[in-house]
Formats: sequence, structure tokens, C-alpha cells
Amino acid sequence: MTNFLPERIYRDPRIARVAFFALGALLLVLPFVVEAGMGRTWVRILDFAMLYVMLALGLNIVVGYAGLLDLGYVAFYAVGAYFYAILASPQFGIHLPWWALLPTGAGIACLFGVLLGAPTLRLRGDYLAIVTLGFGEIIRIFLNNLNAPVNVTNGPQGINMVDPVTIAGSALTKPMDLFGIQISGAHAHYYLFLALTLLVIFIAFRLQGSRIGRAWAAIREDEVAAEAMGINTRNIKLLAFAMGATFGGLGGGLFAAFQGFVSPESFTLMESIMILCMVVLGGMGHIPGVILGALLLTMLPELLRYIGPLQQELVGRVVVDPSDLRMLLFGVALVLVMLFRPQGLWPSPVRARELHPENPDEVRQEQEALYDAER
Amino acid sequence: MRSKLLIAAMLASATMGVGAVETIKVGVVAPLTGPQAHLGKDIENGARLAVDAINATNPSLGGKPVQFSLQAEDDQADPKTATVVAQKLVDEGAKGVVGHLNSGASIPASRIYSDNGIPQVSPASTAVAYTHQGFKTTFRLMANDSQQGKALGQYAVKLGKRVAVVDDRTAYGQGLIDEVVKAVKAAGGEVVGREYTTDKSTDFTAIMTSIKAKKPDVVVFGGMDPQAAPMVRQMRTLGMKTHFMGGDGMQSAEFLKLAGNSAEGAIGSSPGLPLEKMPGGADFTKRFGEKFGKVQIYAPFSHDAAVVLIQAMLRAGSAEPAQYLPELGKTQVDGVIGPIAFDDKGDLKDGPVTLYQVKDGKWQAVETIGGPPAK
Amino acid sequence: MDVLLQQVLNGLILGSLYAMVALGYTMVYGILELINFAHGEIVMLGAMVAVTVLAVLAALGVPVPLALLSALAAAVAVCVSTGVLVERVAYRPLRNAPRLAPLITAIGVSIVLQNLAMIVWGRQYLSFPPVLDIQIYEVAGATVTNVQILIVAVAAVTMGGLLVLVRRTRLGRAMRATAQNREVAGLMGVDVNRVIAATFAVGSALAAVAGLLIAAYYGIAHYNMGFILGLKAFSAAVLGGIGNIPGALLGGLLLGVIESLGAGYIGDLTGGFLGSHYQDIFAFFILILVLVFRPSGLLGERVPDRA
Repeated sequence: MTNFLPERIYRDPRIARVAFFALGALLLVLPFVVEAGMGRTWVRILDFAMLYVMLALGLNIVVGYAGLLDLGYVAFYAVGAYFYAILASPQFGIHLPWWALLPTGAGIACLFGVLLGAPTLRLRGDYLAIVTLGFGEIIRIFLNNLNAPVNVTNGPQGINMVDPVTIAGSALTKPMDLFGIQISGAHAHYYLFLALTLLVIFIAFRLQGSRIGRAWAAIREDEVAAEAMGINTRNIKLLAFAMGATFGGLGGGLFAAFQGFVSPESFTLMESIMILCMVVLGGMGHIPGVILGALLLTMLPELLRYIGPLQQELVGRVVVDPSDLRMLLFGVALVLVMLFRPQGLWPSPVRARELHPENPDEVRQEQEALYDAER
Repeated sequence: MRSKLLIAAMLASATMGVGAVETIKVGVVAPLTGPQAHLGKDIENGARLAVDAINATNPSLGGKPVQFSLQAEDDQADPKTATVVAQKLVDEGAKGVVGHLNSGASIPASRIYSDNGIPQVSPASTAVAYTHQGFKTTFRLMANDSQQGKALGQYAVKLGKRVAVVDDRTAYGQGLIDEVVKAVKAAGGEVVGREYTTDKSTDFTAIMTSIKAKKPDVVVFGGMDPQAAPMVRQMRTLGMKTHFMGGDGMQSAEFLKLAGNSAEGAIGSSPGLPLEKMPGGADFTKRFGEKFGKVQIYAPFSHDAAVVLIQAMLRAGSAEPAQYLPELGKTQVDGVIGPIAFDDKGDLKDGPVTLYQVKDGKWQAVETIGGPPAK
Repeated sequence: MDVLLQQVLNGLILGSLYAMVALGYTMVYGILELINFAHGEIVMLGAMVAVTVLAVLAALGVPVPLALLSALAAAVAVCVSTGVLVERVAYRPLRNAPRLAPLITAIGVSIVLQNLAMIVWGRQYLSFPPVLDIQIYEVAGATVTNVQILIVAVAAVTMGGLLVLVRRTRLGRAMRATAQNREVAGLMGVDVNRVIAATFAVGSALAAVAGLLIAAYYGIAHYNMGFILGLKAFSAAVLGGIGNIPGALLGGLLLGVIESLGAGYIGDLTGGFLGSHYQDIFAFFILILVLVFRPSGLLGERVPDRA
């Protein structure tokens, strides 16, 4: 990649620090800028976008790092959401605090990840995909029906009046005054989600570079070779499932608290496929790419809203309903990305080079150097 | 620059001079795109008719002339989008909201309206839970599923004591059938079988065979027409001659089309009076027809929802939600749909339910159950 | 009335529909080791096209058998061209890519077909024109209709035809060779690309027939009818042993009967704890059990016959 600025700028720690703080400051004021520019609705959309960033990063561990196609990821999201909703709502009259429920919910989801993973990880890629899909559906069907004989999930009616996250005794959904600044519910959730998203990003980065992360990459590239190198492939794959599920469970708990209402219709197969789209489109295995994918796909339906009026303007009537277009675009994007840009929109530099060597000579030289070393 | 300011100031004082007409924003939310777009439009147009008619009378609040403007938003029948547009309406200063259509959208949105103190009158959501959340700001103008289920159950027992029920495991179907079961038992009937299906199934032979073995007099289905139609067909091919009943989900023209000959004799209920029997029905059909065409289902209800909201503002002499909310609760209006008053939950008092039967390939009103006593 | 017999009959009819769809999965998997997620959507296309053509012809007063045959021909034509096109555009370029790539593409294709159908035909359900005069027969305390008998007969004939095609013809031999080893088959002079395209064509033609039968049986067709059907048919193929043609047949029939008996009796068996709301779980449950404990399916070895 060519650097547009002198090399030392990339190396200078001071400049890196300044950039870091600039980004931090931008993230802090972002909701106010967005609200001033586009209205508070967009702050809410931003909240959902961050929720999806967390989910996509979780799925990225399974699909991107370890190369296991999970089509039932939404099951873990559902487990997290229902765990939170059941224990913090009038459903059983139990109101446990959010700071206890979010981590335990993530833990329960993790357990489900292991439960699903343990028997199925022997399966090859495509079989695994189908089994996880089946698992996701089974979880949804159970959530939808467990209102009898004992009413656990309240069935298709869903669980309503879920407790919001409260900080210092005031609910995050209600507007509050902080040092004279009006903080709306959407803003407060923005900061909560931002903090957790940053945490998730941090963990994802650390995992990627760790021994485990490298083991995942090895399994993804060649499972047999990885095993031969002494990697316990079963445990490492299980770990990928568990980690991914943990993030899913965390996202689920936040969703329940933010929305105040969970019902099985929020956890359909299409939701799984949408999160998968975010990962694939953005760039499997590359954190910035996945974040980009999640942000793009959450904003897309909002942008598509403008297509209806646009058609009205141009053709005089609405030819294609914009909400019809959304899934079609997802499908087309999945196919096109796989055909023409399998590394995603913003691929990791390593993957990009593997798939499209920028300079074939360089690769050949490297390979020759390797041969030399072997001799 | 200065001259521009001057002009602006002059313009401002000029409008002040003639008495600034304040504009008060009322929101209307429904799915305006997607599979239910035609129903959403119906809701929007009904409310628009009401607002236009009121504006034509030069209304005034507290002695000042005002005009009402309608802001239509699209919730895509999706719970998540519903909260986003609810937030949008709150931010943009809507003083009251007519909507939403689906209970799954009305319920999560109602929390946002309630948190911000904005009254919401739904013309269409029938789930019992909607008004049972303890929010002071939620109202509706349609008989709820409990009232409808009661009517269906009572009528079923009139046809025969042995009743079998099927629900499609959606919030609507399950809620309706739960009420039917209660009403059947209360009326001295017996529920001989309860079976389940999904809102995507097409094969009901297995559950219908089980039901046939239990020899019921009536089968009541809680679900939508795409399932009701093949279900009644399969009942007939299994040689079952029992009565077939359902709620407003199957009391549609679509059911007649899909079920063909098998539809004959089926009984469907629908909240409210038939359009032609509504006190203001004929006049409304004419006025609506001149502007927007044919009434689907909800237009009279959304019309009255807007009327009820605005009249409460006029009576209170203020468009401030906190001021007029108490007046809204005390509403006593003769609307298009009949006399309107709310109970302490915000439900329509004595909401009528009408039963229809398919005769010669058409739905024909048989009986209206409930409703306020005739004057 | 004999409830058990009726339930088994219900299951066999449902199962023969599953079997016809399962064949398409099994053939493609046998030859490419690819789960063709879009196959269920091809069935849906078949149903939609057949219903549309039939409605037009019936309105014009064309005699029923002729109208049915034309609808079938139109459905086969559309399905075969779509199936072959999908293979050419979306799967062939990825034939040597990592395993995940074609699978994700297949999901993408499935979404695209579904939404295109929605835009073309709208979101309403199409109803099958009432051209078939339904007769109900009583057999040993159970009822069957002429349409059901027709379905089983057509399914049996097409599947028999497929077996003959795979076992007795030159194309069938080429398919079997390609399934065993694509490279070697290529070296032996088999035009692998043509054989794969032919496999997709045959599978799609079967899907078209299945689509027409399903629409006729249930009386409705809809843009999203294919996905769940596809999943269940795939489960049937796995149950019988994926890649194995008689296996798909057996798996389909078995799954149909299991679902039917399951939905009919699970409530009584579990004392009301589980009910017919869990009908859709059986397919997934079987799928998981088979994949985990016996990935080769009931008819085991997938060597000679996996076309």
C-alpha cells in the first residue's frame, strides 16, 4: 500500500496519540453532531448500529477467524435477550440489576455455544452450517412455545416492560440532566453501547493477535495441517463458538434492555443472515471491515427510505417498494462479493494479498526465498 | 446582510399582525411500505380526512387560531423501526400520535410515547397487552382480542358444544385463541382439542386428522387467511363437515379467493361494526371516496382517532400533552364508528364485534355482539 | 375412522413431495458437494409459473389436460433455465474456491430469487385455479382424494424415470463418473461442465414438477414457500444419505411420515407437555441427529449410485 504522507508520520507515537484522542473526542461528541444535523432519530439508529457492530464482531470470531460458517448465530442473541428479559421484568416479578444480568447472560449464551459446538464440530463446513441453522430454528421454536405448561417465555406475546439499564438510580431510557446538558435516552444508550463496543473491539483485537487467534487462523486455512502442528483443533474450535456466542449474548441483553420488549419475531433466520452479510461484506476476519459492514447494513434500510420518494419524483410512481429492495440488495451483494471480492469491502491487508497479489513478483520472490531456506 | 435581516423582521411582524396561525403537529404511523402498505395508507388517509375537515372549521386553541398538520411515518410493521419512528415523532414535536397498526409495533413504540408523555391512539392494534402496560398515554379505538375472542367463543358454543381450536403461534393467533378457550368454557362448551401450526405452514392434514378423531362440532382458527384457506380445504378433503370459524385475520376477500368453494359457510369475526352499519358510515364512505377511493378497513378508525385527539386539545384549550391528556381520557364523542368512550385502561368501552358468514361466495354480516346499548 | 392409517397416508403424500425436492439436493450434492440452498426457490418458481400460466389458460377456456400440460411445460422451461443459469453464473466460477464461498453464494442466490419473485408476483398468495374436480374416496376408514393419488403417481413416475436416466443412459454414466471423481472423469473424456449443467437441469425439472404438484395440492403458491420446504427436503436427503438417489426417496417418505405421526401423536405421548407446535422441529432434530451420529445417512455408503 502506498503511503501518502511521509513515513515517519506513521511511526511517530506522538502523532498516533493525537489521532487517538481526536478519534475519541469525535466519538464523544458524535451523537450531538448527528442530532444537530439529522435529528435524534439518527442517534437511535446509531445505537442499533453499535449493537450490530458487537454482534458482527462476535460472529466474525466464528466465521472470520475460525472459518466455521454459523447460520444460527441469532440463537445466542436470543438467549441473551430472553435471559435478561425473564429476570428483569414483571414476567416472574424478578428484577435483578442489569450489571449482574448482562455478564451472566453473556455467560449463559457462552454455555449454549459450547453445548451446540461440542457435538457438531466434527462436521465439515457445510454440514456445520446446516446444523447451526437448525439449532437457531429450534431455539426460536422453543422460545415461541414455552408458555405452556409452565409460562417461561410468554410465548408469541413476548416479554414486555423489560427493565431498562439504570445508572445512579435513574433509568437510561428517560431523559436526564447532566451538568445542565439534556441527555436523552438515545444519547445515554449511545455512550453505554460505545463503551461496550470498544470493549468488544479491544477483546477481538487481542484475541486475533494471541496464540488462540493464530490457532484459529491455522484451522481456517488448513485443519489437518493445524492438527499436525499440535493444535487441539476441537478445543480451539469450541472456544471460537463460545467466544462468538458470548458476544451474541451480551448484544441480546442490551437489546432487551434498550427495546424494553422481546418477542420471538426479532430472532428469525433472516436476522442471522443479515449479521452474516455484515461480516462477509465488510471483510471476513478483519475488524475494521466488519465494523464498516455492520454500520453500512444498519444504515442501508434508513437510506432506502429515500428511494420511494425518489422514484415518485423520477417516474411518477413507486415502482419497487423500497422495503422490498432491501433483501434483494443483500442477496445480490452476497453473490457479487463472493464472486468478485471474496475478501470483502475492507479486507485485512494479509488476506487481500493472499487473494489478489498486488505484485506477483514479490510473491514469487518470497516463495523462492522459502525454497532457499528449506534447502 | 442587514437588508435581509430587515426583510425577515418585516415579514415576521407582518404575519404577527394578522395573528400568527400556529401549526400543531399530529403524527400518524403505520406500515406505508411492504406487505401491509395498503392498510397503512388506509390509516394515513383516514387521519388526513379528519385533520383536513377540522382545519376547514378554523379551529382555535385558547382563543388563538390554529391549524393542525399531519406527519405520516412508516414503521414497516417492524418492532425496531417502530421505536425509531416513534422517537422521530417525539423529537420533531408531534403533540399526539395516531398509530400504529400492528400490535408488535404499537407495544414497543408506546414506551417511547409514554416516556415523553405523548398520547397515542391506535386505530388497529388489538393485542390485549397494548393497553395493559400501565401507561397513561395509550388508547385504542378497536375492540381488542379479548373482546373478539369472547364473541367468537360465545358464538361457537351456539353452534355446538364440542369446540376444537387451532392457533398459528403468533402473538395475534395465540392471544385470540386463549380468549376463545376461556369464553367457550364460560358458555358451557367443551374444548375437545387444541392444536398448533405456524404462520408459514401449508400442510394441516396431520393436525386436522387428530381433530377429526375428537369429533368436534366447531373448529376455531386463530391466524391469517393464507393458512385459514388451505386449512378449510384440507378439512373438507378429510371429509369433515364441521363449522369453521376464525377472527379478523381470515375475515377477508383474500380468504374467499384462496379457499374457493371450501370457503362456503365459514364464519369470521371482525372488530367494529360493518362499514355500512356504522352511524357515520355512508357519509364517511362518500367523503373518503371523493378524496382517496375505497375504504380498506381502518380508515374510519384512524379518522376517529385523529378526531378524538384533536377534540381533546380543543376542549382543554391547549395542545400541550400534559394539559389535554386528562381530557382525552374523558372523551365522549359520537364518531364515524359509533359512540366513543374509553375505560380506565384506554380501551374502547363496549367495543362491538361483528360476525360474518360466507354465503354464495361473499362475506355477509350475521350478528353484532357487544357494542354500546342502542339509543 | 382409522386415525393411524390416515396419518400414515397424510405423511406419505407429504413425503413424496419432500422426496421429489430432496432429489434435486442430493444430485447436486453428489456431484459438486455443494448444498444448493437455492433449490427450494426453484420449486417456488415452478409453482408460481405454473399457477400463473394455468390461470391465464383456464380463463381462456383451454381444456384442462392441455392447460395443465402447458403450465407444466412453462414451469419446467423457467426452472431449468434458472437452475442452469444460477450454476453458470454463481457456482461455476467458485468451483475451486474455499468451501465457504459457494455456500454463501448459494444463500445469496436464494435471497435474490425469493425477492425477485416477490417483486414480479407481489406479496399476495396466488391461488391455484379450480380446474381439478376433487373426488374424495373412502379407503379402509381413511380418505384419499384423486389429487393425492395423482401426486403420488406423478412422483413415482418421475422418480422412476430419474433412476433409469442415471443408471441406464450415457448421460447417467457420465454423471456417476463425475460424482466419483471429477478430474479423472474429465480425463476420460467426460465434458464435466456439461454434465454438471445437465445435473442442474434435471434437478430443476424435477423441482418444477414438484412445484406444480404442491400448488395443486395446497391450492396456493407464494414467493416464500420455497425456503422452509427446501430445508425440510434437504433434511430428508441427509436422512436418506446425501448423494444417494434411493436414499432421497426413502428419506423424503420417512420424514413425511415422521412429521405427520409426530404432529398427530406427540401431544398424547408427552401428556400434553409437547404439542403440535413442535411439528417443525422434527426435521431439524433428525437432521442434527443424523449428521452427528451417522453422517452417511440411512442408506449408508455413498459410492456407486451417487449421481
